[in-house]
Amino acid sequence: MIIQNSPALVPLLLLAAAISIPVLAIRKTRVAYPVAVAASLFSVMISAYNMIRVWESGPLTYHFGGWFPPIGIEYVLDSLSAFIALVVNVVAFVVLCHAGGLKGEEISGKSVPYYSLVLLFLCGANGIIVTGDLFNLYVFLEIFSLSMYGLIGIGEKRAPVAAFRYLIMGTVGASFYLLGLGFLYIITGSLNMADVRNILPLVQGNPAIAAALSLMVIGMGIKMAIFPLHGWLPDAYTYAPSTTSALVAPIGTKVAAYVIIRILFFVFDIKFVSHTWPITDLIAWLAAIGIIYGSVMAMAQNELKRMLAYSSVAQIGYIGLGIGLANPLGYIGAVLHILNHAFMKGALFLVAANIRKNSGHSDISKLDASYRKKLPWSMAAFTLAALSMIGLPPTAGFFSKWYLALGAIDKGNWVFLAVILISSLLNAVYFFRILEKVYLVPPPAQKAGEDLPPETKEREGSLIGEEKYSLMIPAVVLSFSLLLLGLLNANIVKGIIQRIIPLGM
Amino acid sequence: MTYPEIYRSFIPFYAVMVSLIAVPLIMLSSRHANLREFWTLAASIVKFSLVFLLLPGALAGRIAGFTFWEISPGIALALKADQFGVFFALIASGLWILTSIYSIGYVRGLKEHKQTRYFASFAVCLSATIGIAFAANLLTFVFFYEILTIATYPLVIHKETKVAIAAGRKYLVYTLTAGVLLIAATAWTYRIAGTVDFRAGGLFGNASFSPSAITVLFLLFLGGVGVKAAIMPLHSWLPAAMAAPTPVSALLHAVAVVKSGVFGVVRVVGFVFGPALMRQFDLNILLATVAGVTIILASLLAFRQDNLKHRLAYSTVGHLSYIVLGAALLSPASLIGGLLHIANHATMKITLFFCAGAIYVRHHKEKISELDGIGRVMPWTMGAFTVGAIGLAGIPPINGFVSKWQLGLGALQADEILPLAVLVLSGLLNAGYFAPIIYRAFLKKPAVPFDHGEASPAMVIPIVITALFSLLLGLDPDLFFHFYRLAATVSGSILGGTGP
Amino acid sequence: MTDFFLGHYAYWAIIFLLILGLYGMIFKNNLAKKLIGMTIFQVAIIMFYVASAVKWAATVPVLDPLTGAADAAKYISPLQHCLMLTAIVVGVATSGVAFSLVIAIYRHYKTLDESILMKRMKSS
Repeated sequence: MIIQNSPALVPLLLLAAAISIPVLAIRKTRVAYPVAVAASLFSVMISAYNMIRVWESGPLTYHFGGWFPPIGIEYVLDSLSAFIALVVNVVAFVVLCHAGGLKGEEISGKSVPYYSLVLLFLCGANGIIVTGDLFNLYVFLEIFSLSMYGLIGIGEKRAPVAAFRYLIMGTVGASFYLLGLGFLYIITGSLNMADVRNILPLVQGNPAIAAALSLMVIGMGIKMAIFPLHGWLPDAYTYAPSTTSALVAPIGTKVAAYVIIRILFFVFDIKFVSHTWPITDLIAWLAAIGIIYGSVMAMAQNELKRMLAYSSVAQIGYIGLGIGLANPLGYIGAVLHILNHAFMKGALFLVAANIRKNSGHSDISKLDASYRKKLPWSMAAFTLAALSMIGLPPTAGFFSKWYLALGAIDKGNWVFLAVILISSLLNAVYFFRILEKVYLVPPPAQKAGEDLPPETKEREGSLIGEEKYSLMIPAVVLSFSLLLLGLLNANIVKGIIQRIIPLGM
Repeated sequence: MTYPEIYRSFIPFYAVMVSLIAVPLIMLSSRHANLREFWTLAASIVKFSLVFLLLPGALAGRIAGFTFWEISPGIALALKADQFGVFFALIASGLWILTSIYSIGYVRGLKEHKQTRYFASFAVCLSATIGIAFAANLLTFVFFYEILTIATYPLVIHKETKVAIAAGRKYLVYTLTAGVLLIAATAWTYRIAGTVDFRAGGLFGNASFSPSAITVLFLLFLGGVGVKAAIMPLHSWLPAAMAAPTPVSALLHAVAVVKSGVFGVVRVVGFVFGPALMRQFDLNILLATVAGVTIILASLLAFRQDNLKHRLAYSTVGHLSYIVLGAALLSPASLIGGLLHIANHATMKITLFFCAGAIYVRHHKEKISELDGIGRVMPWTMGAFTVGAIGLAGIPPINGFVSKWQLGLGALQADEILPLAVLVLSGLLNAGYFAPIIYRAFLKKPAVPFDHGEASPAMVIPIVITALFSLLLGLDPDLFFHFYRLAATVSGSILGGTGP
Repeated sequence: MTDFFLGHYAYWAIIFLLILGLYGMIFKNNLAKKLIGMTIFQVAIIMFYVASAVKWAATVPVLDPLTGAADAAKYISPLQHCLMLTAIVVGVATSGVAFSLVIAIYRHYKTLDESILMKRMKSS
């Protein structure tokens, strides 16, 4: 039974768990968190199983209610969707493991609705990734978005404002997508992705196709936070509770990027999107500007989470640039960067959460070498993730930039190549600022060049110098995987990504 | 000339990895200084032995190769111990042994802080250097090159003073920018040529270029490797990096980092572009000009430095461009001379830096103007200094003369008089800025008498060994390690285009 | 020319509603008015789908025993209506989330005016 139903299992499992949490937690609210972690763990296992099956025997499909497409709704697991689903679920699981150590400080007493929303968020994400039906995608997109607004808004003070602004912009985005879908349906008469792909060549030349494409891409672009549609992102990431930031930053925009890839390359024809109505060029240029803009703004920030938020705008620019290049190497770079950035930002936000928990704030100007003593492993994880963001081998970040650079050269666009490489240097500026502070700036009560007194090395009840394993291990796991992902990137590219290069590239 | 044969071997892999394995051991023994130092010494000796094992094969034309795995579809992370790689690896690993002994004396003499970080970073740097030496293709080269950049940063900022931190920032700005240029150049090369494997005589095959494209590509490469090779105007990180402790300056900035840079220059000139392509687009003239200007300017700037290490830094900048000039002239003797100078300059410069460090540890003096009469109280140290200085000026019988002679011969072979004049002039300038130091040390009386003598044996013995080695290599360049034969083989393979 | 405007009057009305909704979201200061704008925007899109389902001389998509099920041209397309039922529900849910956020904002900052809100946020 599992085998036939596996494409649909993950979203349904997460939905069932999300609905059951408020019921199970009627008596004891402490039940909410373990149920969420367990559901996430199961979804990881099922996603891994799906990935292996798709790898061995090709795409899997599932027809809801036994209705065959294009009449019925179809779930498709091909190499790309299985891969992205696995990435999303793994990162979500690691972040959820971390959340336990925070002991719900920032979501004071609202843990039941919070974890329920987390599971709904993941359900929406998985649904978007797996679905093969364009309207079903809209439904899951809204599930995904609404739970995201809730996750961001649970927090104090400024969080609801940030969530509200995101809600307005995000709903506009989803509505644009719906409007574009409406045009597409009117022209093709079908909602199934594969079916629309077959019908589109028959209705070539209809101006409504370009309208549909533009609306859908703009709509998803707002969700993906491509410059200049990124306005909601800095506030949302900064004011959200730590777990939310760590959950939403690696996953939220990547799912939107996946949707754009699907629409541009697997529904519409690549000749259409790159030559007839060259929206890929527009995406590429906006992404390039976004890379520079995000990096420059990140340099100007004083608060760690806000800096990471602007850094995310820049990194999303990389993915957008890879999509916009519309050639195999650019595509490989974009998909690989989805993977790499999920891990990098996940690690960085988890460390930011650890710093916040330790000292109540995450101001960059207040960082000094005492953090290295208090949080040695977290800072080591931060350093490794920072090196990956800068793009130094052997970490994963180097390789996504390598493929993007190759893609830019193939396209013959030297501006893009320069943008990719200069942004590495800009990343180095704002990350080394933090690394210098943490490793080199002595805390106020001490001179430069001295070792810290031995008393600060040991803390009660910790073996290796850092307080809580549950906070430290997830960050370290995500960060050190970057080394593995970097060294094994050729396997990932050849085994997974190259199998799903869109036709015609 | 027959093609060298490549056989699969784990030795290059072990040579790279042995110091990486030592890193966690060093970090775990941070409480037990002697055990920690033991790991460093053990790793350096094992590394050198492994590289030495590869020497007979390389001389006979049997090249050890090792492929890790594919690091990008179509390109593998691969090592290849060809003659050039073995040459560089021997120098780097051999001098690491001496530097480790010296370091122990130095950091203990000064009671330096953060010694564990120091020794651990050193181990990673040497791992990266051997990786650079044995890199079989451009991507592997870039891979280890960037690791070297990051691994040297903790060493540059070791003292954690404002000066050191500023020096570290400058170092990173220069080297990270260079890394980015190198990545761009590698990516472009890969798209044009379809391969990034190093091939003696050039890897571009029959691809055709527009002159502007090839020049831009060459400039990208030059920017990439030229920063570490301290070609002007990309050199200013090097004097700033003298804020690091002297053993760091000695090994890294006279041997490993900068020699990785010139190693990269020769690889680019000989194994990526190839002599034919270089001549076709006048790239060799461009390179020779840059090198010549650097030699003269650096030598002139050395006069103005009162800080001993800064003077040595500018001297290094000048001498590195000897090697670049040798590569640019593209004649048999000039290539031999350039390669030999990689080895010779290393031994001489490391001697000088070691002396500077010994003086600092024992007498806390950094400026040349304070060194009056120091030769009386530190005869061995200053004697070694004299040997090194004489060699750098190109005076026989120290090894500096041998490489200079070959370079001069190479200039004549290429029918170029100007490089010859540059070499002669530079020799005179070298003598000019080293002579006052020696004069002051031995023939002037100190203003205030020195209250200590020589530095500890852990420091003096390596100094004497490197000075002695410079002398012996001057008398017989093929002694022990067959440097001359290796250099000649590499030169032949580049110009003959029949490399592996 | 007249056909372009009068023949597609439904779509022009929808365009007007879309612009009205966007205007409300962007240019109105009061958070509740922004929400109204957003709802108008969503409703306009629902109208768009419904308008696209209409056929000449066709009746509502409820099976009429007299007309029978054989001729699809006698009924307007039901698919868009079903899709829009879902979209209406989505709109309701969005409004629910939005209003709860507005209540949370009001509870803390005691204002729904965006400019005053910005000032209070900066100083808090």
